[in-house]
Amino acid sequence: MNELTTQLEVRTPAPGVSVIEISGEVTRESDGALTDAYQRASDQAQTIILAFDTLDYMNSSGIGLLVTLLVRAQRSHQSILACGLTEHYRQIFELTRLDEVISIYDTEDAALTAVA
Amino acid sequence: MSTQPGNRDAGAWAQPVHRLTVSEGHINVSGRRPTAPMHGFGRMWQKTYRTSLAGTDVSPSEAITVWKQHFPEFWPAGNRFFAPLAGIAPGEVAALDLSMPGGLKLSTGVLVLYADDESFTLMTPEGHMFAGWITFSAFVEDGATCAQAQVLMRASDPLYELGMTFGGHRQEDAHWSHTLTALALHLGASGEVSAETVCVDRKRQWSRAGNVWHNAGMRSALHMAGAPGRMLKNAFRRHEV
Repeated sequence: MNELTTQLEVRTPAPGVSVIEISGEVTRESDGALTDAYQRASDQAQTIILAFDTLDYMNSSGIGLLVTLLVRAQRSHQSILACGLTEHYRQIFELTRLDEVISIYDTEDAALTAVA
Repeated sequence: MSTQPGNRDAGAWAQPVHRLTVSEGHINVSGRRPTAPMHGFGRMWQKTYRTSLAGTDVSPSEAITVWKQHFPEFWPAGNRFFAPLAGIAPGEVAALDLSMPGGLKLSTGVLVLYADDESFTLMTPEGHMFAGWITFSAFVEDGATCAQAQVLMRASDPLYELGMTFGGHRQEDAHWSHTLTALALHLGASGEVSAETVCVDRKRQWSRAGNVWHNAGMRSALHMAGAPGRMLKNAFRRHEV
């Protein structure tokens, strides 16, 4: 699988808060795109919300990328939140124990309310 | 919660598991929680070992099939991987005996976190030398199939961190280089291995220092030290019967 099928859109819905909308696939090949999106999202944001509503596929390399992204955010004293996870991906967050370090919300609105 | 349809990767992931279980006769696995890199003590490292299978016509999925089937055979001598009966499949747990300096045998295990046609990932339990996972994958790069092992880890506790600093990292590099060379030679390639190490986080997580309670190295040593006593006890029991 060499074709890049990760689509990442960065938005700023509130001051100090950025949202990275993650669509398509998150795999080993997503590293550069995810790093780039994180850098764009980091600009003056203390909180970054990862929106997984349109995530189609994620393998273990993709979860590894989320861990490294989390570490970068912690180093920069930023919070990472997640929203829009299906039951399947909630289970993966539980399995990998990412749910212990990333707060999960049903919707983006719920995440925004939590950080307001 | 999102209502998106079923996910393509559903069958490749293990089901959530709170504590591991493994067959009797193996210590430091049953009852242990699987750990992610966030749960370790030491610096976080990402180590990538890669070999090209150029010159062969092995596809990524063929390379991974062979790797799964012969996984223990590619390990350096002195280390044992007790493959699960179902093989390397999501949710399976394997016990390990690892050869350590000083003749010590470190008994631990791994959970198969993820497995598909082109990759599989092993997750370590509490007490393992490191908290994290190792992803084995194969892919096409520059027209040739490559096989790769990538470790994302923190040493589990202060003792392991010390051990990793003084020879442990070198031993681990040798382990995975040996494995990839053996895989490549098995598949008919030259077996040259490249290694890249990146320190993802230099900070040590002192809040995780208490992980030392589960240290499988210490527990394995105590278990070995208690072996003569257990043998005597069993002999007396047999005699009484």
